[in-house]
Amino acid sequence: MIRLEKRPQPSRLWTIVTPLLAVVLTMVVGGIMFALLGKPPLEAIRTIFWDPLFHPQFAAYSRPQLLVKAGPLILIAIGLSIGFKAGIWNIGAEGQYIMGAVTGAAVGLAFYPSESVLLFPLTVVAGALGGWAWAMIPAVLKTKLGTNEILVSLMLVYVAENILASASASWLRSPEGMGFPGSRNFKQWPAVHNDELIAGTGMHWGVVAAFIAVIGAYVLMARHIQGFNIRLTGEAPRAARFSGVSPARIVFLCLGISGALAGMAGLFEVTGPAGQITIDFNSGYGFTAIIVAFLGRLHPVGILLAGLLMALTYIGGELAQLMLGLPGASIQLFQGMLLFFLLATDVFTNYRIRFAKGELA
Amino acid sequence: MDPVLLVASIMVSATPILLAAIGEMVVQKAGVLNLGVEGMMITGAVVGFAAAVSTGSPVVGFLAAALASAVLSLSFGFLTQVLLSNQVATGLGLTLVGLGLSALVGAGFEGVRAPGMGKLWIPGLAEIPVIGPMFFRHDFMVYVSLLLVAAVWGFLKYTRAGLILRAVGEDHESAHALGYKVVRVRMAAIFFGGACAGLGGAYVSLVRVPQWTEGMTAGAGWIALAIVVFASWRAFGVLIGAYLFGGVTVLQLNLQAAGAKVPVELLSMSPYLITILVLVIISARGVHGAPGSLGRSFHASA
Repeated sequence: MIRLEKRPQPSRLWTIVTPLLAVVLTMVVGGIMFALLGKPPLEAIRTIFWDPLFHPQFAAYSRPQLLVKAGPLILIAIGLSIGFKAGIWNIGAEGQYIMGAVTGAAVGLAFYPSESVLLFPLTVVAGALGGWAWAMIPAVLKTKLGTNEILVSLMLVYVAENILASASASWLRSPEGMGFPGSRNFKQWPAVHNDELIAGTGMHWGVVAAFIAVIGAYVLMARHIQGFNIRLTGEAPRAARFSGVSPARIVFLCLGISGALAGMAGLFEVTGPAGQITIDFNSGYGFTAIIVAFLGRLHPVGILLAGLLMALTYIGGELAQLMLGLPGASIQLFQGMLLFFLLATDVFTNYRIRFAKGELA
Repeated sequence: MDPVLLVASIMVSATPILLAAIGEMVVQKAGVLNLGVEGMMITGAVVGFAAAVSTGSPVVGFLAAALASAVLSLSFGFLTQVLLSNQVATGLGLTLVGLGLSALVGAGFEGVRAPGMGKLWIPGLAEIPVIGPMFFRHDFMVYVSLLLVAAVWGFLKYTRAGLILRAVGEDHESAHALGYKVVRVRMAAIFFGGACAGLGGAYVSLVRVPQWTEGMTAGAGWIALAIVVFASWRAFGVLIGAYLFGGVTVLQLNLQAAGAKVPVELLSMSPYLITILVLVIISARGVHGAPGSLGRSFHASA
């Protein structure tokens, strides 16, 4: 029989190997799935993971897209990872992302058609505050009343989706949109447009913010006392309390950071790649970011890499849809499987496998 | 609005959440927190719909849905019970996998109508004026869900197996020391919870909406989780919670249809807002009845 023996320390080697193993497993099972769908498996895998980067015809378009898609994923996942480390499960990043976009866009549009250089920074701050405020709801309810943050933050996603619907249909609707839902297009308003900083790279302010967040999170978690407190709260809540760490403060800090980062991601998206508030401008980044956070081992550098990989599956998925007629949903399943395989292979990180006689409990 | 119709539609509206929630309650009673209810429900919705459309039989649809979701839930069970992965993360993963899987399977079924489900008139009772049309002229799944609640209640309260299940959930170390197979009991509970969530999902796609649209469970699985908390882990609390929620859903839909002077979006978000409100009230009162080992991994280290 196979027996698991707990390692005294999580294995450093396996911490790095498991995400790679999960990717390989996902490719294998995904390939089988593609074959079942009647698509050539190897070609599908190549189209998703190789062609967006190296195909002579498509790479020029899809390489910049990598940063466009990875930016919001990394930004949101960095925030989530800090909370996850402390055992605070903010699952509602999608809602905070939407509310950041709506708040930021509303503040920006209030000044239309101003061309002030201060306007864009103002909308970024408003977006961050919008996401932060939305995350404060589960934080306050958790700390004051002990309400479960998983369920509250998730319910708030559905509330935020309805607010978004109302914004795009009525109170943020473009007066020049001839009655169609959707706000003014930010791409036609230079003061607020989150344009590419260097043409042809996909690099916009959201990507810059994502890089800053990676560095910031690294410094916070590795060098700062609050980062230590966060890790301590997650690993040994009682010890944390005895050493004077206020659990409530950690909740506010973690949910606040992740809410603000998700809100900023929403604002960058709506003023940049999406261009306007529409009923479905959000593309589930808030949920995919959960996968990114875990795949990146809740480590800032890991999240950076995982975000790029996940962005690749989006772009490659679109390409595979175009070239091979692969259903769009198969990519979603692909991403879900990635998380599942990661969690499955994680057993090697924390346990040693022993082959021995004996019965499994 | 006709009160007779209102009560009847509340029962229909409450049934999917009731099914999913009673299953999840058993899972949690065994000490496992499976956050994948939404993913299992949506899988049940699509598999049930596909099976019912292909065979023309809703009964086959429900059976297929229960089986598919239960099998899917075993992947969660394997990861959390054998490979000892984190239950919160794995449950989320299950939901993401379920959403992707259902969208993939369901792509060919958009715009198709589900085969109709006959109403089961309870002999004698269905003829009673007012009461009859309210309670005794529903499709069979409404009665199945009510019977399931009673069965779960009786099982947990009066049977030895129910006692073992509760012991495993309350304190897995002691249960293990007493010689109970913790992992096996939990796997069985997870399987049952998956089957119930599948039935709930199939009820959405076969009865409540009678068609398939991507993501159609729209958070019902999460609300089922909230109802387990609301119910303080008691079977009849789950029943009350699901019917209260069904009532809110029906009322807001009726208000929308009646063209109330309230924004549609506000009405649509009201079920979620009320769920939050209920969670707040419950927590303020102090959460009672949560199994002692809920959400903790069990590893026999001997």
